[in-house]
Amino acid sequence: MKTPSGSPIIQVAARGLVPVIQIIGLYVFFHGHYSPGGGFQGGVLLAASILLARLSLGTEVSQLLFPARKTIIFSALGALIFAGTGLAALLAGGHFLNYEFLPLPGLEPAELRNWGILIIESGVTLTVMTSLIAIYDEIIGC
Amino acid sequence: MAAAAGLPPRGDLHAPAHLLVNPAGAPVAGAYYIQHAYKHAGTPNIVTVVLADYRGFDTLGETLVVFTGAISVLFILRRRRP
Repeated sequence: MKTPSGSPIIQVAARGLVPVIQIIGLYVFFHGHYSPGGGFQGGVLLAASILLARLSLGTEVSQLLFPARKTIIFSALGALIFAGTGLAALLAGGHFLNYEFLPLPGLEPAELRNWGILIIESGVTLTVMTSLIAIYDEIIGC
Repeated sequence: MAAAAGLPPRGDLHAPAHLLVNPAGAPVAGAYYIQHAYKHAGTPNIVTVVLADYRGFDTLGETLVVFTGAISVLFILRRRRP
């Protein structure tokens, strides 16, 4: 909402919860290689933390966390990271999205695929997170 | 419902979907991924390897769907400034 919540309980709880949700979101994103998780889930958790701040702390504070004007730019950037990784592999001589051919020096094919998965997951995270925030911001109108 | 009653029980190792070669004699696709996913990508989570590597093009489409949804909402709901 545009004005901060009047209840101090909600304010204190939101201030405590937002960083915790962000840490869990980053954990889910980076731990996607070893356990259930990954880009989509981590992105939704990061978006949830920003939306909690938007709902409880008011526009003034939550716009400092993530400005509404930049959401769709970062959304496009995430999709570009994904497609750009595929194109980089294509231009380096492989198939589209074949991370084995990514131009990163000094890595074995298995490690290259490992890093390629991480790079595209970061793109997915950016797109999912900023898209959800953008939809909320457009509905509220800030 | 009659077909659902005839499905193999959950976790049945001898179900056709879990064999290396199905009853018709063709290799089962899932076994290949389970055997080669770690060797190919160095990542213990087979689901992540299939999602982001073997089926990366599908995930690219999913990401673009999310992006398209956000940009459509933007076009529909954005108020014109007079």
